[in-house]
Amino acid sequence: MNSTLFVNIFRFILLLAVQIIIFNNMNFLGYISPYPYILFIILYPVNGNKSGLLAASFFLGLCMDMFSNSGGFHTAACVVLAYYRPYLFKFAFGLSYEYQTIKLNDVLTPERFTFLLFSVLIHHLILFTLEVFKFTLVLDILLRTLLSSAFTLIICIIIIYLTKPNRR
Amino acid sequence: MQQIFNFIYKNSNRLLFLLLLGISLSLSIQSHSYHRSKLISSANFLSGGVYERINNVSEYLNLRTQNDALAQENAKLRSLLFNAKDTSAIPKLDSLKGVIPSDIIVSKVIHNTFNTHENYLTINSGSLQGVKSDMGVINSLGIVGVIDNTSSNFATVISILNTKSQINAKLKKSNHFGSLTWDGKSTGFVQLTDVPRLASIRKGDTIVTGGQSVIFPENINIGTVDRLYYEDKTNYYKIDVKLFNDMTSLGHVYIIKSKNRDEIINLEKKKEKDE
Repeated sequence: MNSTLFVNIFRFILLLAVQIIIFNNMNFLGYISPYPYILFIILYPVNGNKSGLLAASFFLGLCMDMFSNSGGFHTAACVVLAYYRPYLFKFAFGLSYEYQTIKLNDVLTPERFTFLLFSVLIHHLILFTLEVFKFTLVLDILLRTLLSSAFTLIICIIIIYLTKPNRR
Repeated sequence: MQQIFNFIYKNSNRLLFLLLLGISLSLSIQSHSYHRSKLISSANFLSGGVYERINNVSEYLNLRTQNDALAQENAKLRSLLFNAKDTSAIPKLDSLKGVIPSDIIVSKVIHNTFNTHENYLTINSGSLQGVKSDMGVINSLGIVGVIDNTSSNFATVISILNTKSQINAKLKKSNHFGSLTWDGKSTGFVQLTDVPRLASIRKGDTIVTGGQSVIFPENINIGTVDRLYYEDKTNYYKIDVKLFNDMTSLGHVYIIKSKNRDEIINLEKKKEKDE
């Protein structure tokens, strides 16, 4: 039980550091940037403490906001993603997801991909909507969301493959 | 009473979610007003310190371009000095007050964003060095932004690439002024609006800061006219201005500390009170 706690704290710090040092400096075409730090919320244990996840993602978002000068956009997006994660599980893996042993950091199956895709889309949509905050720029928001989501998704999958535990 | 506790216990997750969402949304909404909350800004001890560490490493990567820029600026200043009539004379002070109306603080950009609609820079000097909010920030090529929040050793700057920023600017040749804003599209261009149609403007004309703001002194370079639009409804021009500065790579910057600023602001406040 304790080891999962340490793994999560370690993941929190590592993902945040990598996001700030490397991924925040990536800009394709001036506005497409990936946010793979949300892997923390995605990879959090399925049956873990839900209030714990909410609080942790709140602080994750707050740190991101502090480092990128973005008010509370990351915080709001992270909290919403954390809250709706169980519903996304239900959507992607079927009703009885709680009784299965779902491991996300494993080979990519269609279910896992659906879950990743929708998590990333929800997070990015909220993030960019709050960031732009103008209804005249709906197309701009959608374009940014789609392109950045694709980018984030690719990097998330690469990270999952690189860090997936070896089975022997 | 029992039922209330039961309700809270049952819905504890939802209530926590709503509480956290409320906090984050209020922070978001606050951040869209011009003066933002001090809590969430990269000028604080933790993020400022981290960015300074990162910058200590990454500044080696563009030492050559930085050196070139500084050498060019030195050459320009030298040429000004050598072409003055008497090179040994000390520049004249304002004879009434005996002080130069503005001071300059040197600083370095340690973090720079340009991929969102509201972009901020973080610089490594703060209130200990005399930086206050609403001071102008420029570099050798042109204007960079306006100071937003300060902590003891760091400050955040509202970049001119921020949809909230609004700066008084004018045409160099004819003194027609307008306000400089950004539409959030390209990092190389800003927009000058509210220039009357009477003004004769051509592509390539230079745009400089106007004398109406207390933030920037007059005649600091901004950019050149790239494209002219003309709005039928308002009879004003909208001009795309190509910036002299490359906002995506910034090194050393200068913060302008205007000595007359407080006096002007107090005077204007007094006028408002009288009315």
